Amino acid sequence: MSQLKLSNVEVGFGRQTIVDGVSFYLGEGEIGCLLGPSGCGKTTLLRAIAGFEPVTSGRIELNKQLVSSPGQHIPPEKRGIGMVFQDFALFPHLTVFENVAFGIRNQSAEEQRQRVNLLLSHVGLAGYGPRYPHQLSGGQQQRIALARALAPKPKLLLMDEPFSSLDAELRESLAAEVRNLLKEEGITALLVTHDQQEAFAMADRAGVMYHGRLLQWDTPYGLYHRPAHHLVADFIGVGVLLHGSVTEELKVQTALGLLHGDEVVRGTEGEAVDVLIRPDDIVIDDTAERRAKIVARGFRGAHFLYTAELADGSHLLCMAPSHHQYDIGQEVGLRLNLDHLVLFPSGFCDT
Amino acid sequence: MVKTISKASRQLIQRLWRKWHDISLPLVAIIICLPLIVVVASFFIGLGGEEQRATLSHLFQNVIGEYVWHSLILLVGVGLMVMLMGVTAAWLTTACEFPGVRWLRWALLLPLAMPAYITAYTYSGMLSFEGPVQNALRALTGWGLGDYTFPEIRSLTGAVLVMGFVLFPYVYLVTRAAFIEQSRAAIEAGRTLGLGPWQSFYRIALPMARPAIATGVTLALMETLADYGTVHFYGVTTFTTGIFRTWYGMGDQVGALQLASLLLSAVVVLMLVERISRKQSRYHHAGRNNQATRPMKLQGVKAFLAFSACFLPVLFGFLLPALQLLSWSADRLDVWGDAAFWGLVRNSLVLAALAAFITVTIALWLCYGKRVASKRRQTKRTRITQASVSFASLGYAIPGVVIAVGVMVPLSWLDNRIIGFSESVFGLNPGLIFSGTIVALLFAYTVRFLSISIQTVESGLTQISHAMDESGRILGLKSREVLTRIHFPLLRTSLITAGILVFVDVLKELPATLVLRPFNFNTLAVRAYEMAGDERLADAGPAAIMIVLAGLIPVILLSRAMNRRQHLHNEEGRIVEPKPSDLRFGEPSPGKIYEPL
Repeated sequence: MSQLKLSNVEVGFGRQTIVDGVSFYLGEGEIGCLLGPSGCGKTTLLRAIAGFEPVTSGRIELNKQLVSSPGQHIPPEKRGIGMVFQDFALFPHLTVFENVAFGIRNQSAEEQRQRVNLLLSHVGLAGYGPRYPHQLSGGQQQRIALARALAPKPKLLLMDEPFSSLDAELRESLAAEVRNLLKEEGITALLVTHDQQEAFAMADRAGVMYHGRLLQWDTPYGLYHRPAHHLVADFIGVGVLLHGSVTEELKVQTALGLLHGDEVVRGTEGEAVDVLIRPDDIVIDDTAERRAKIVARGFRGAHFLYTAELADGSHLLCMAPSHHQYDIGQEVGLRLNLDHLVLFPSGFCDT
Repeated sequence: MVKTISKASRQLIQRLWRKWHDISLPLVAIIICLPLIVVVASFFIGLGGEEQRATLSHLFQNVIGEYVWHSLILLVGVGLMVMLMGVTAAWLTTACEFPGVRWLRWALLLPLAMPAYITAYTYSGMLSFEGPVQNALRALTGWGLGDYTFPEIRSLTGAVLVMGFVLFPYVYLVTRAAFIEQSRAAIEAGRTLGLGPWQSFYRIALPMARPAIATGVTLALMETLADYGTVHFYGVTTFTTGIFRTWYGMGDQVGALQLASLLLSAVVVLMLVERISRKQSRYHHAGRNNQATRPMKLQGVKAFLAFSACFLPVLFGFLLPALQLLSWSADRLDVWGDAAFWGLVRNSLVLAALAAFITVTIALWLCYGKRVASKRRQTKRTRITQASVSFASLGYAIPGVVIAVGVMVPLSWLDNRIIGFSESVFGLNPGLIFSGTIVALLFAYTVRFLSISIQTVESGLTQISHAMDESGRILGLKSREVLTRIHFPLLRTSLITAGILVFVDVLKELPATLVLRPFNFNTLAVRAYEMAGDERLADAGPAAIMIVLAGLIPVILLSRAMNRRQHLHNEEGRIVEPKPSDLRFGEPSPGKIYEPL
């Protein structure tokens, strides 16, 4: 089991830079996740780690061994990296058994049989060996692709949108299963996805990419609650940014009043800032002093997501259990439930 | 009163129309299959009579063994050649980059423009005693007549070589399409599991392309079985030459029919082998993520070897024969001013244009019938309609000679009945209305080439979804306007393509034309072949050049379609969204039998 270290990795096609100065570290047995909208370079980065794309600058180290740099490129088959592809890429001309045994074809027949059977039972498909890939459902194909990648005991497992072609229900249960399997075997893994729920379910560490840059590398909790960049805040969860300015006591003056969290506010006195307000930071409480008007309402099943307008015209999102119904135009009271403040330099505010 | 009558009559017409649609499709299919039915039936009926049994046993004792043996050698030899050259060229031009690869991608299709019998006779000329090769040899060595032995091209080996060089593009075309459509991820999955770049070709790309290779080889072998010109010119006896000899030389129709049915069974065996060899892989899914892998850059010796592997087939399959034809045509410039020659051109063009029009019209009729039927629920009638279209497409697999024999027998029977009837009633002999005119030729061409039209029209029609019709109607079009404003513009390219493909095939067609042409009626193909047969090689040049020029048109169409597919993968190896028009020309897809030319 091993660590993965990227330092200032840059990948480009021709004059175009796809991945721009990415650095992160993934420790032994950790599961990492690269998040981002499509076209942000996350799949290209994954392919560079696998050895399919050369890096134009920077270094990729696997287990403290240099595998990619502008001067050195170890070919993919020599890296000992396993990969699960987006469309699974099972070999259609081979049976399930032959697919899983493909990476360990140099071992003895008996060793192959044992390893394949062990893996098939791990992924819950014991007895499926003689079938062909086209006879399996999407979820089953996905698990075979995982078993095939794990068979040679790779140093690192890469997964490219591994659950994107499955339906939502299967996706969630399979993500949990795969995480348990990886943790049991103690495998270091890195996956790429655009689905934050998938990232939250799987990852120990996650990063958000935009236009080839890694904006933040943190725990999923950290990405949600302590986004380092307004684009991270925008991509992860919902929320709005409110104008504010830092006061003497290192609190922030906004349309919601004087805000302060448990943690000390970053920033200097008098600086103009934007404050991230998540819907779960605000509770509708009719007894509260802060008043706002409901301007929109979205039904989300267990709760409603309300858009409330403050006196100065800025908008906020807040959630309320779905048996608490408010009409559009109704005036409500807002209570704050902030334990920390997330501030960004001013200028990105939506309102 | 008048209103109700007109309403009733309108309903009657509508009902008849609907019924007619249901009846006409199977009817067309039966007429198209008629020659096939005649040939198959003749085998069984033939066994009944004493005389016929004698013919058959005579055939078996004396000639069949030789025919089977020669055909087997041809099939094995051509099969190995086309597989080796076609697959190598397909892989090198897809996965590697070396100087010249860009033009070689389309140049490798050029041999398709050469009918095998024309290539055969150019080589015969080039390698003959007075030909440029032996002349050069003598000039270099100072040898004279009888001082050396030179391998004879007019032999079984020669026929294998010529057909191998002419037919390998079938394998190249279909296999390359398969390589391009293969999911990049499958190859990369192999790399992460420890395969080097060349190993991943042998262990993944090649096995995954197996169904396509099987299809390409089968197409080439069906052409080999159907060939008459090459084997006859090179003096190799096979089923096709046997059928001619029995029909003309011995005037034995029954024997010819029986040989035809044996040839037909060889074709059926070939198709079954292909079907079986595809097995599981028929369900092969390409995967959605089919971006191109970064091509390997070859340099030095490797680049030279790759270039040679792709260039030599083009050189031997197209460039050398074409140069020889050009030089002959230049020698015989007088022919171009000859009225008789332009008469041949006119005959060929008229025949080809008529055949193209007829096949495209019938194909449209059948495909629309099938489309209308597919909208209904699966009933017996729908299945009959669909089966009719499949049966009408059978002709592509049947050698031209077999079709010719199968067309001749029922048409001359019909003509004799008409003559008998006419003489007894009017006292007039109208002559051979069907079997003695170009009707017989057109019928045979339709049987043989209808499947090309059907495939092309169908691939055009599948792009027009029923939802498109419906959205047209919702936006206020009448059902007739749906045809003129939605279907016609979308289908136009497919129809033109279908017409061109049939047109060119008819120009090149030899054996059926030889059998069925009316007395004193000649075409370019027949003239080229007859002149070459009389050792007037240079005289055959202008006619052959015309055929090859026409043959270049579908090659250009195909290479354009292929280019567009390649363009889905641009330089950086990043995906570019494909447009529906990329698939406009019913291109061959792997795992589907299709005769592009």
